[in-house]
Amino acid sequence: MSVTSEATRITVNGEPLAVAPGMSVAGLIAQLGLDTRKMAVERNLEIVPRSTYADVRLTPGDALEIVHFIGGG
Amino acid sequence: MDSYVGTGDEWTVAGRKFASRLVVGTGKYKDLPTTAAAIEASGAEMVTVAVRRVNLSDRNAPMLQDYVSPQRYTYLPNTAGCFTADEAVRTLRLAREAGGWNLVKLEVLGPAPTLYPDMPATFEAAKALIKDGFEVMVYCSDDPIAAKRLEEMGCVAIMPLGAPIGSGLGVQNPLMIQMIIEQAKVPVLVDAGVGTAYDATFAMELGCAAVLVNSAIAMADDPVLMARAMKAGVEAGRLAFRAGRIPRRGFASASSPMTGLIH
Repeated sequence: MSVTSEATRITVNGEPLAVAPGMSVAGLIAQLGLDTRKMAVERNLEIVPRSTYADVRLTPGDALEIVHFIGGG
Repeated sequence: MDSYVGTGDEWTVAGRKFASRLVVGTGKYKDLPTTAAAIEASGAEMVTVAVRRVNLSDRNAPMLQDYVSPQRYTYLPNTAGCFTADEAVRTLRLAREAGGWNLVKLEVLGPAPTLYPDMPATFEAAKALIKDGFEVMVYCSDDPIAAKRLEEMGCVAIMPLGAPIGSGLGVQNPLMIQMIIEQAKVPVLVDAGVGTAYDATFAMELGCAAVLVNSAIAMADDPVLMARAMKAGVEAGRLAFRAGRIPRRGFASASSPMTGLIH
């Protein structure tokens, strides 16, 4: 079994998820089918700037938070 | 909004001008169409919003921004649900990335049943946020000393509670709210506690720059009608404040002249 073909195990919003090796944040967002307007991504407690989604590669153990705005007071 | 146009009575926070002195929350509504209709009726130009995880299991869930346009309304992201300074800072950094602006509402609350502002944690979070370039509108206790300190730290608006969040009890401590207003050089908003229109009127008569209302509109039997009432209440209070009320006195004063009576 080659290392590169193994799925990358990450967590997104607290849920475990296996993604293709070398997948970018942009790829993950596309795979999840998310609307990127007014959304933000945090990876291992660091903000991932929108302009870098295509460049940031996911690595095993990454913890991502993907948030947006909802109703609140 | 139309009724405000041309009054020349805008208020300014962090360099942004607003004609409406009613800021509304977008939480607790039964659905998003009602949220949209009530906010429209309120005439508000600024709305508070919360930051939460995207729902990964239901990607077609309706989104706030499809009903309350961020192009039309100024979104004011809050830190609701944050009980520590670290959580508040982390949440608003995400909000800044999602929304693309720095104006935020900081609230760090103590536990139920009071949900009273946790002032030591609020100070800590305000300090970190201001250092990080945020423009902070801060929910706080009705303590004039704390309010002054938050202003001196660089908060762009001071937002003392009128009464506990969602209690609908109105302004419980008008003397302290007035003291906070009199000493402040930044806008003071009553945030939390408004129950019905006259509570908003009363807050505005004290001299608040604006009032922030969520539960009183969202939880009313008819939120759209209550939004209209709040709009009218805020306008009435503002006009009365500007007009200057008569002094209170402990005796009667006839309204009709006592001269020229027939005999």
